[in-house]
Amino acid sequence: MELITGLFNYWVVVFLMMIGFYMVISHHNLVKKIVGLNIFQVSVFVFYISMSKIKGATAPILADGIEVYSNPLPHVLILTAIVVGVATTALGLALTVRIKDAFGSIEDDEIEAMEIEECVAEDVDANGKEASP
Amino acid sequence: MIASQLPILQVIVPLIAAPLVLLLRRSGAAWALTLLVTWSMFAIALVLLAQVMDGGVLYYRIGGWAAPWGIEYRLDQVGALVLVIVSGIGSVVIAYARASVEREIDSERIYLFYCMYLLCLTGLLGIAITGDVFNLFVFLEISSLSSYVLIALGRNRRALTAAYRYLIMGTIGATFYIIGVGLMYMQTGTLNIDDLATLIPAVADSRTIHAALAFLTVGICLKLALFPLHMWLPNAYAFAPSVVTAFLAATATKVAVYILIRIVFTVFGGVDVFAVVPLVQEALMGLALIGVFAASSVAIYQNDIKRMLAYSSVAQIGYIILGISLASSTGLTGGIIHLFNHALMKCTLFLAMGAVFMQAGGVSIRHMQGIGKTMPWTMAAFVIGGLSLIGVPLTVGFISKWYLILGVLEKGMWPVAGLVVLGSLLAVIYIWRVIEAAYFKDPSNDTITEAPLSMLAPMWVMALASVYFGIDATRTLDIATSAAQTLLGGGAP
Repeated sequence: MELITGLFNYWVVVFLMMIGFYMVISHHNLVKKIVGLNIFQVSVFVFYISMSKIKGATAPILADGIEVYSNPLPHVLILTAIVVGVATTALGLALTVRIKDAFGSIEDDEIEAMEIEECVAEDVDANGKEASP
Repeated sequence: MIASQLPILQVIVPLIAAPLVLLLRRSGAAWALTLLVTWSMFAIALVLLAQVMDGGVLYYRIGGWAAPWGIEYRLDQVGALVLVIVSGIGSVVIAYARASVEREIDSERIYLFYCMYLLCLTGLLGIAITGDVFNLFVFLEISSLSSYVLIALGRNRRALTAAYRYLIMGTIGATFYIIGVGLMYMQTGTLNIDDLATLIPAVADSRTIHAALAFLTVGICLKLALFPLHMWLPNAYAFAPSVVTAFLAATATKVAVYILIRIVFTVFGGVDVFAVVPLVQEALMGLALIGVFAASSVAIYQNDIKRMLAYSSVAQIGYIILGISLASSTGLTGGIIHLFNHALMKCTLFLAMGAVFMQAGGVSIRHMQGIGKTMPWTMAAFVIGGLSLIGVPLTVGFISKWYLILGVLEKGMWPVAGLVVLGSLLAVIYIWRVIEAAYFKDPSNDTITEAPLSMLAPMWVMALASVYFGIDATRTLDIATSAAQTLLGGGAP
């Protein structure tokens, strides 16, 4: 029981992390991959925030009658990490828009098929010209 | 006054110059400012390297806040060497960039390229100089985000998917890295590298620290493209604009290797990581060797020369990691000196490919036919770079291979030394394919002319440097040896 209740927040973190990671790996849709990536990152944010929280403690502002304070540093770190996460998501989505324009699809497997076709065409081109100088 | 502020200038100046470039908009002015900034960063980096070589580890407190509370910049020999590599390659590539970028990037987007270039430089320099593991993460993301954009600037539509895949892999790597940092913070309550180095030995046996090390290693190995985590690299390098490829190939993965060195030998400096944690050494060494062979073999079958060189980069990363995994003074010296040497040769090769791309319209093996006759100077630089990659004596490649083999033999691992030599033979095959096409086939198109001087000069600076440091390696060896000794001394100066 201790294993579940005592470490509850870590279980949540692990659960979220694996959901996010699995989405990134398994989904072919580029937007869904980014959603998965976000869940993956958020799990780490939760991990940092819960790590510094102390039961019954308050924000680190000196006041009478308060003895226990939570550690504010991880919270601040995560503010930075959130900004980085937002930038990554924005860039990822912007790339997805450009990919949709260029390939007409945001399904990874369809795009990969098109790319392989292009590669094969280039190879035939390279070898064909090589054979008849 | 200024002298004591040099470490912070490495980060601040390019960071401020990036938005200025955005405001300038005109591509000529943007280029001039970028050139000025990168060259002055190179000058400062050289001064810093000299200072560190004379006086040992350099500390800089940001805002005057003392170490574990404030963020501290910390520069030792290996960090200073990485600063010189990054800013040096940055200066050479930017001199070359003007003509190449005009050809490969839409004219209304050129100033954006310079802006991203400066941001990427900020991130890479910041990683090398910071003394705080979380600050390092921020710089890692600055450099990564800007390099995704730089790669996506390529004209081929596959550049977009390459950038997207790099973004996904890179973000997973960086997130793994902060998980590792978080776990270390749980156990030690600090983020400062020196502080961590003193606090970690006491808790080194805990499962938390082992997990932290695992997350850090895997995350960083994603960034440095260690086989089998290299899948993002070949397409990213093949479809990015030539300038970007030359810059990133010579700096980005090197800086990631630097992070690994920093974590293993400084943060975990008080613990003998390879002895305490099982399988780390075997895994790194095994993957490095498999990487050398797998990537070199794939390189042989590539028709696109840029992609061939990208696979060869993966193989070369294998050599560097091999040196690090030996964890001996000679092995680490070999790894560190290969950081520098590989940057020189890969930069030469990719710059030569950029010139071919500009004049011949492509870099497949078909475009290479007869290039030796139509573009003799470019091809000669390529040959020097290629010989260096193989490890022929009198080039830098020989020096690093020599030290790697010495390091391996010190440990009595004869078969591994054989594999290193065998790996070099694979390099002979793929470089020879290009040379054969370039010199022994007739040009398919006689109208191709030599690249302009503004591109040839930087290329030859790199090529001559890789010969010069191959003949007179005393200076680079001094730096690499003292860096290795500082690192193995547990991080203490």
